[in-house]
Amino acid sequence: MTPLLEVKNLHISYCARTGEVCPALTGVNFDLAPGEILGVLGESGSGKSTLAAALLRLLPSNGKIQKGSVLFEGKNLLQASRQDLRKIRGGRIGLIFQEPSSSLHPTLQVCQQVSDVLAAHVSLDRRAISDKTSQILASVFPAEAERISRSYPHELSGGQRQRVLIAQAIACGPSLVVADEPTASLDPTTQQEILQLFRTLQQNLGLAMILITHNPALLAGLADRILVLYAGRIAEIGPAAQVLYSPQHPYTAALLRCLPSHFAEAQNARKAKLHVIQGDPPDLSSRENGCQFEPRCTERMEVCKSVEPSAAAVNELHEVSCFKFAG
Amino acid sequence: MRYLLRRALHAVFLLFGASLLTFLFSALTPGNYFDEMRLNPQISPETVAALHAQYQLDRPLPVRYAHWLNAVAHGELGFSFAYNSPVAPLLWVRARNTLLLTVTATLLAWFIALPLGVWSAARFGRAPDRVLSWTTATLLVVPDLVLALGLLILAVRTGWFPTGGLVSVGFDELSPFHKLRDLASHMTLPVAALVLATLPMLVRHVRASVAEVLDAPYLRAARSHGIPRRKLLYGYALRAAANPLISLFGFSVGALLSGSLLVEVVMSWPGLGPLLLESILARDLYVVIGGVLLSMIFLVAGNLFADVLLYWADPRIRTVASPK
Amino acid sequence: MQPLLKVENLVKLYAARRSARSKDKLAALDGVSLSIPSGETLALVGESGSGKSTLALCIACLETPTSGSLSFEGLDVATLDENQLRLIRPQIQLVFQDPVSSLNSRWTALDIVSEPFLVQRRFTKPDRAVRALQLLDRVAIPRRLAGRRPDELSGGQKQRLAIARALALEPKLIILDEALSALDCSVQAQISNLLLELQSSLGLTYLFITHDFAMAAHLADQIAVMDRGRIVESGPAEKVLSAPRHEATRSLLAATARFVGSPSVLVTA
Repeated sequence: MTPLLEVKNLHISYCARTGEVCPALTGVNFDLAPGEILGVLGESGSGKSTLAAALLRLLPSNGKIQKGSVLFEGKNLLQASRQDLRKIRGGRIGLIFQEPSSSLHPTLQVCQQVSDVLAAHVSLDRRAISDKTSQILASVFPAEAERISRSYPHELSGGQRQRVLIAQAIACGPSLVVADEPTASLDPTTQQEILQLFRTLQQNLGLAMILITHNPALLAGLADRILVLYAGRIAEIGPAAQVLYSPQHPYTAALLRCLPSHFAEAQNARKAKLHVIQGDPPDLSSRENGCQFEPRCTERMEVCKSVEPSAAAVNELHEVSCFKFAG
Repeated sequence: MRYLLRRALHAVFLLFGASLLTFLFSALTPGNYFDEMRLNPQISPETVAALHAQYQLDRPLPVRYAHWLNAVAHGELGFSFAYNSPVAPLLWVRARNTLLLTVTATLLAWFIALPLGVWSAARFGRAPDRVLSWTTATLLVVPDLVLALGLLILAVRTGWFPTGGLVSVGFDELSPFHKLRDLASHMTLPVAALVLATLPMLVRHVRASVAEVLDAPYLRAARSHGIPRRKLLYGYALRAAANPLISLFGFSVGALLSGSLLVEVVMSWPGLGPLLLESILARDLYVVIGGVLLSMIFLVAGNLFADVLLYWADPRIRTVASPK
Repeated sequence: MQPLLKVENLVKLYAARRSARSKDKLAALDGVSLSIPSGETLALVGESGSGKSTLALCIACLETPTSGSLSFEGLDVATLDENQLRLIRPQIQLVFQDPVSSLNSRWTALDIVSEPFLVQRRFTKPDRAVRALQLLDRVAIPRRLAGRRPDELSGGQKQRLAIARALALEPKLIILDEALSALDCSVQAQISNLLLELQSSLGLTYLFITHDFAMAAHLADQIAVMDRGRIVESGPAEKVLSAPRHEATRSLLAATARFVGSPSVLVTA
């Protein structure tokens, strides 16, 4: 089956005003099958938001795509014309940025903001667009879609705004939705509702999704595969259950160990020191040779300091970039 | 709604206060119209005193103010000593002339400033934007007087435009079309001077407001949805940047009567400006007060207009002002 | 032994925006009672809008409650005059969720940590610098970062800075209002360890406000659950977690995405 999205050897860097070049993503390779949910797990500085923006060439002005290709439905997005790109944005790929509170236009009504997305891609008359807008909002707001439709963003709660962003992303029936930290500022209950909404939409619309987050717990039960990013490189990629249950890369393992233990059990673990990943997050502007995680790795070897590991297969679905597995 | 009523009430109070102050300042300024006469040995002091009494200049201030307020309420703005006629008709004619100029110039200036500012903001920091910035900065630095004089020189040298006045001699005999053309040719230079004076500031404001908004997350989100460029710039960016621009527009409306004084004087345009200037110099009290009052009404109305526009344009203000 | 902080029947009403005249008032706090023994951590868990932040502001004496009593070390705060309050306030400090907005972006780290000294007019200038550097050491911020501004620091470092500032006046009670929520998981673990270490070495008492039950479970001796301005359930942490009684507690527990530290057991919501 041809993959929906193929990212090959993507290298992206940022140019600081001082002239320094800061690599944000290095050698990123992955595929996405139609209807699949890929979770991208990464902390601050891992390059996850850069990845989301880069897919649709929405990097800020100081970001540069140095090499690589992004093949979507056979077309290389990095070389597509402006016109084609505009049609794909919102039309074939929906993007949900972070910060629902500031991703909606402050003085336009919700229905207007969703209709505008439709109007940009489909050629229907105003009546038809209005009907379609109501339909989409109804699918995302089980109750009170009418009232929300006429509201302005500042009149909505965080969870409601997030749903509007989702409505905008799915409005034109895209085949891929990329969501960057979709539940970051939300309550637990609202978080679960949004994740459930994602599940429903994926089932009903056959959407492929890329879910970007720093919280592994959100991906459990939702993602099919998980990709772990560290310092702009893929540390590990494989089926969700394998990455979460038996992480192979030292970083993934260390990250999962950091989470506070389940409370009902292990009572003596309460108020005990949590496992931490020693050291500081990587400083991307000063690039060292060798594995980026090496300074903090508990299993480091001599070779890790000087040579960067390439992807090695743990099994046919699971790859790790670590010398523990390199042949 | 209550918000708007509050603003309207505020405006009325403002007008009252300002009219009182104007009256006080004008009446308390040393000297009056008849001082000139007193210096003239041919006019006896008794005549002066009689004129004084006739124009009620010997009554106490509060009484005079009360009289004047009463008159204003009836639409009469007093009597001009210099022109020997009621003030109101005098003011209306002059105000009409001024408005002819300023309304045209303001509309033209905004009509040019908006697209120019948006265009510039979209190319922020790049060569075309810098050229425009440089040009507007230069124009800002050049005093309005110099601009007006420069245009006059142009008129004199080339003879393309008349050098002053509202209409040519023999205006009344022209056909309607020619009348219009004649008026237009007389208006061209003053309007040009006004536009050149106000355009740079407007463009810079539009550019700054729009540029600030272009970096906003919601603009990036809209781009990610494939919204076409023109809609992004005008329907989203300009719309979001509207608040400061609406306030600015309110100022523009407010300055419709007061902003063109210099240009009118230099270009001999028979508007409110030259009239006020003359009257101040001649101590023609009621013309001054009437003129200032009229200007103030426009200023206050302009602000009120901006408030109304803001209320209509920004739903956040509506929510704060009158929550459901 | 008397608790460090005792709140009884605290009520805080805000005029509902609908109209200032009408009797409609919004009860942000509707009769809240709790007590925190010295040296312990009370986790206050609830959804947004439940009144947690209002409670934090009232306890920190930044807002005056409409009714009810607040006692700190046995003294009823309402009976104190301004001078006495000035002595109490430094003993209760706040750390907020968003270090970007709670730290002055134009000041260096050293300035930020010294600010409380300046405000309270304590110590001489050289003394302040020394103490400020010691505070940075305490929270494990390398001294070479002392001259940096907040936007040159990572999220975790910013939050450490906020904690250092809170420690400057040697408080007894620190209120952490969603202080860990905006941080990455691995950084949360680091800061959590720091907080525990500070608590044991300085004898601090914490009021830990959060909507993350997992972290609350890890850090707290007692848990209180807030819902719509009221405390609907409270008690020792183990009891609340293992046998939740109130609806709100149960739904919050269910909603908390849990992922067991040991990868062999996966619990999904």
